[in-house]
Amino acid sequence: MIPAAFDYVRAGSADEAVSLLAQHGDDAKLLAGGHSLLPLMKLRLATPGVLVDVGRVAELSYVRDAGDEIAVGALTRHRDVEVSDALRADCGILSHVAGMVGDPQVRHRGTIGGSIAHGDPASDLPAVVLALGGTLVAQGPSGQREIAASDFFRGFLETALAPDELLTEIRVPKLAGGWSYQKFNRRAQDWAIVGAAAARVNGGTNVALVNMAATPVRATSVEQALAGGASVADAAASADEGTEPSADLNASADYRRHLARVLVRRALDEVG
Amino acid sequence: MKVSIAVNGEQQQHDVEPRVLLVHHLRETLGLTGTNVGCDTSSCGACTVLLDGESVKSCTVLAVQADGRSVTTIEGIGSAAAMHPVQAAFQEHHGLQCGFCTPGMVMAALSLLEEHPKPTEAEVREGLEGNLCRCTGYHNIVAAVMAAGGSKATA
Amino acid sequence: MSILGNRVVRLEDPRFLTVGGTYVDDVPLDGALFVTYVRSTMAHAVISSIDTAEARVAPGVVAIFTAADVDLAPRPPAIPMLNMAMTRPWLSTDRVRFVGEPVAAVVSETRAAGVDAAELVFVDYEPLPAIVDPESAEQSEVLLFPDVGTNIAMDIGAMMGFSPAPDFFDGCDVVVRQRIVNNRVAPCPMEVRAAAAVWGPDGRLTQWASTQNPNALRDSLAEAYGLEPSQVRVIAPDVGGGFGAKTGLSTEEHLLPWIAKRVDRPVRFVETRTESMLTMGHGRGQTQFVELGGTRDGKVLAWRNVVLQDAGAYPGMGGFLSFMTRLMASGVYVIPKVEFGGKTVVTNTTPTTAYRGAGRPEAAAAIERAMDLFAVEIGMDPAEVRRANLIQKDQFPYATAMGATYDSGDYEQALDLLLDAAGYRALRDEQARRRAEGGTRQLGLGLAVYVEITSPVPGPEFGGVEVTADGKAVVRAGTFSHGQGHATAFAMIVADRLGIALEDIEFVQGDTDLIPTGQGTMGSRSLQTAGVAVAQASTQVADKAREVAANLLEAAPDDVVLDTASGNFHVAGSPTVTRSWSEVAAAAHADGDGLRVDIDFTPEGASFPFGAHLAVVEVDVETGRVELTRFVAVDDSGRILNPLITEGQRHGGIAQGVAQALMEEVRYDEDGNPVTANLADYAMISAAELPSFELVPMETPTPLNELGAKGIGESGTIGATPAVQNAVVDALSHLGVRHVDMPLTAERVWQAIQSAGEKA
Ligand SMILES: Cc1cc2nc3c(=O)[nH]c(=O)nc-3n(C[C@H](O)[C@H](O)[C@H](O)COP(=O)(O)OP(=O)(O)OC[C@H]3O[C@@H](n4cnc5c(N)ncnc54)[C@H](O)[C@@H]3O)c2cc1C
Ligand code: FES
Ligand code: FES
Repeated sequence: MIPAAFDYVRAGSADEAVSLLAQHGDDAKLLAGGHSLLPLMKLRLATPGVLVDVGRVAELSYVRDAGDEIAVGALTRHRDVEVSDALRADCGILSHVAGMVGDPQVRHRGTIGGSIAHGDPASDLPAVVLALGGTLVAQGPSGQREIAASDFFRGFLETALAPDELLTEIRVPKLAGGWSYQKFNRRAQDWAIVGAAAARVNGGTNVALVNMAATPVRATSVEQALAGGASVADAAASADEGTEPSADLNASADYRRHLARVLVRRALDEVG
Repeated sequence: MKVSIAVNGEQQQHDVEPRVLLVHHLRETLGLTGTNVGCDTSSCGACTVLLDGESVKSCTVLAVQADGRSVTTIEGIGSAAAMHPVQAAFQEHHGLQCGFCTPGMVMAALSLLEEHPKPTEAEVREGLEGNLCRCTGYHNIVAAVMAAGGSKATA
Repeated sequence: MSILGNRVVRLEDPRFLTVGGTYVDDVPLDGALFVTYVRSTMAHAVISSIDTAEARVAPGVVAIFTAADVDLAPRPPAIPMLNMAMTRPWLSTDRVRFVGEPVAAVVSETRAAGVDAAELVFVDYEPLPAIVDPESAEQSEVLLFPDVGTNIAMDIGAMMGFSPAPDFFDGCDVVVRQRIVNNRVAPCPMEVRAAAAVWGPDGRLTQWASTQNPNALRDSLAEAYGLEPSQVRVIAPDVGGGFGAKTGLSTEEHLLPWIAKRVDRPVRFVETRTESMLTMGHGRGQTQFVELGGTRDGKVLAWRNVVLQDAGAYPGMGGFLSFMTRLMASGVYVIPKVEFGGKTVVTNTTPTTAYRGAGRPEAAAAIERAMDLFAVEIGMDPAEVRRANLIQKDQFPYATAMGATYDSGDYEQALDLLLDAAGYRALRDEQARRRAEGGTRQLGLGLAVYVEITSPVPGPEFGGVEVTADGKAVVRAGTFSHGQGHATAFAMIVADRLGIALEDIEFVQGDTDLIPTGQGTMGSRSLQTAGVAVAQASTQVADKAREVAANLLEAAPDDVVLDTASGNFHVAGSPTVTRSWSEVAAAAHADGDGLRVDIDFTPEGASFPFGAHLAVVEVDVETGRVELTRFVAVDDSGRILNPLITEGQRHGGIAQGVAQALMEEVRYDEDGNPVTANLADYAMISAAELPSFELVPMETPTPLNELGAKGIGESGTIGATPAVQNAVVDALSHLGVRHVDMPLTAERVWQAIQSAGEKA
């Protein structure tokens, strides 16, 4: 319940955050909303030497129209994503799912950037951004770079971000067609046992899965089957192909596979 | 590190270790023991307070993160002689038994009613998903929050 | 008009709602040090060494103690029916028997320093094979207590002369059999355990505790430290729930006075939720092998339940509870032949303890599940099978085969009220419609008709009433309210009998210097014991006061009446000349020994509340997910003093019962590592998983006490669990599913559908 001692520095801007990270090296961790990091620290499962608090970097909290896309600042809280008119109008899945993360208190603190940078395969927003084929913008000592969501999630709690990089922006396409998110959990406040995100993007249907591997994954065989004209039921039947779900307290691997197939079918039915 | 927090409308300056959680700061340094700790995994909501008017779990906020902001605890919204309508509704509807979850519940309810002024039963239940109570079975808590919000409970 | 029976809002609430209660951890204590326990990380191991060197010199550390320092004798189980050789050390000596067992105690200036230093205590373990599954414990070569030579902590079958009769099921057309797991659950009061100990200069010990029974704790501390009870003062301030788990003797809090003495400072301790999940004790944990036989037209003839009770690593209250299961074995039914056997075993898990219902939910769950199995087997509606076997209302008092004497009841009326309120017929029609349609959301209806025992432990309870010189009242009780609303309920009794306003009645409990004796609050006993004592004390105070008033009114005491509506005394027939309580009290205090009566009331016997519950569930047959859509409950706990409070008790109990059926379960991996040791992993139920409950009132007074009251604290839990379980199985019965063990998680239910499908 009491974190191990650490030093604390506060960044006033993205640039300052990056330079503080450089200055403190491996021992430093970014602190955004703290709703993944602090729970780990309280149980002493994480013991960073320095926290670089980016929670007040106001310039990174926004939702902006960016032509065909919508740009969301990494420090935008789940609650602000949930109630964003721009997102509700043009990328409803993101605001809808932000409203399903944890509980209201979590959503008042946790940020979209923190959720994505944490890279938990059980989290909701990473899979949604993956399904949307979104783009992630990172800022490091040598400037900014863009990373496709499909290249971003590398392993369990492991992303393409370098330790000295700050995620600054998440860009998602404006949607013209339907979308669906199916979250299957025990209690309302819990993470998904399995989740399925589906959306019509650029004329095709994209599908991504929560908690079916060490990272959020695209259900490529479903997408290919649909592209090849398969029925929803037939396409969904292959939803677990290529996945490597784990077995844990909440579900066996087999049951996760079964859920993936059912949830993908339901999602596709909703997408229409 | 020096932090300055407006707690229940009063500016409070203290030197805190960065690792001090807001809930411990409130309870131990400021003596505001109304806010409780019920878990160590950010699950129970017993520690819920308002940070700049919104519900947060004060066990998952560092005191240094609250620097320069305003915090409202159960002690800051009404008195026994003049209870806040939400507090009064909890009494009226028997929304508390042992009282341990109650401060957190009331603070969560305030935030919920801010976001959903006339909530449906489903909105209240979903809105309190992060607050656990072992005594009441939630029935009367839900009734109290709905009554405070001016909506009629279904059961 | 009497205030009794009214929905009086609680007098204690404003404090809780505006500044919060004062729980142990809120009590300021100057100069107190903090105790942090280092706990076993192994389920079963020999301790080869404990290295405290680094921790000892860590900043803020005052002392570190291990078993080598503690000169207190290990404690045998608190209940004599258990194997008394299975003793528990204060801190682990040579071996550990469950994850969470305290191995060392760190004493520090701050909380943080204690947590930091505890990480620097290095314990070397030589792992032993762990027993996790109680069903393997009896035969296992692994022994938790090698010197004792067995893992059996109690053999209730042998003690009670159980030997299965070979002709037991003669005459039965049908016999149904089932192994039923009554899952291990965590009590989870929202306030974890906390305590503090201070020795006074006079050698007196003051201990603050989060407990349900302060006086019992006082006596047990006195015994442990060789003191007279009068040398110990236990103060229980507000307590944030207990549910049975705060009745036991916690090692962690019992060691505090010893530590306080060694460091010569006050010490305090509060566990984390994780520690609490590991050490507060778990409920249930019973595996039942049931057999029920009867005729095709629905008469039950023979019922046998053989239970295996998991005691956890050190047998205590939980290990004994199968006695309660046995007592309530046959439930609400007339059953010609009943047999009950079983054993209690130790395993390398957290010790089990009392949890809301404590042995009776297990009894109700077994027979109510069996009744449904029987109903399906003979093709009869579960409501009708139950009706055909209920004890009739003219049969009370009713003596059961297992030795209980049910005081009063009308079980059939409870069932009728329930079916009516729920619209049972229409629900069955809806179920048939959904089955015919074959959609993914199937409807299930689950019934439980139950009876339970409250105030099961005999003996007196303390209640006292005093009218002070200013005409206000003080009411004292030996029970201990920790959410049950005694401050209001007991004040209502006093107000009713004395006509003193509720606001003028002060409630005192939880300080053994002010309350000389008391059993505490558990087993739904408070109103029918302390409440009755308070009622009787009130009457006697009124009698005394009438004598004083008679003096003032210059009349004979027998002619003086107390008008409880106005709170004034007058001579019968001349109501205009009055004396108020303040006048009478002032006179009584000035001239005599005041107006105080203390009573120890011993009830004639235990009482038996009953009721009927119906759960309506929707099961998604594709995923196995269960949604509880309605819950209707008839609970009869005798005369109701304050419906607002009893409804709250029912709500809370129902939620816990539903939670056991649907989602909550303490689990271990095969090595005995807990995997549900916090509130993120343990699925404690929230508002979002529950509907509002539909409560139907029913009142059948008990003849056992003058309030006519039975207990209501545990009823909800007892009926709800089997009702929900039966509902889920009912939703799937057309698919061939006959039984699913709890908790009915989506995967369990899905698996059951799969295997039924394969068999079909
Ligand atoms: C009770 C509870 C329930 C929850 N339930 C869910 C749920 O159902 N679904 C779900 O998806 N999530 C859930 N969460 C997690 C929640 O969404 C977190 O808020 C989120 O995952 C992390 O965001 P944060 O801003 O709090 O990040 P932090 O905790 O501050 O940081 C998380 C990690 O990301 C790094 N990081 C943060 N921001 C950046 C950045 N801009 N650039 C680079 N690195 C960064 C940090 O260094 C840290 O390693 C839950 C959390 C809690 C406490
Ligand atoms: S104490 Fe903060 S959520 Fe439990
Ligand atoms: S009232 Fe006791 S936990 Fe909610």
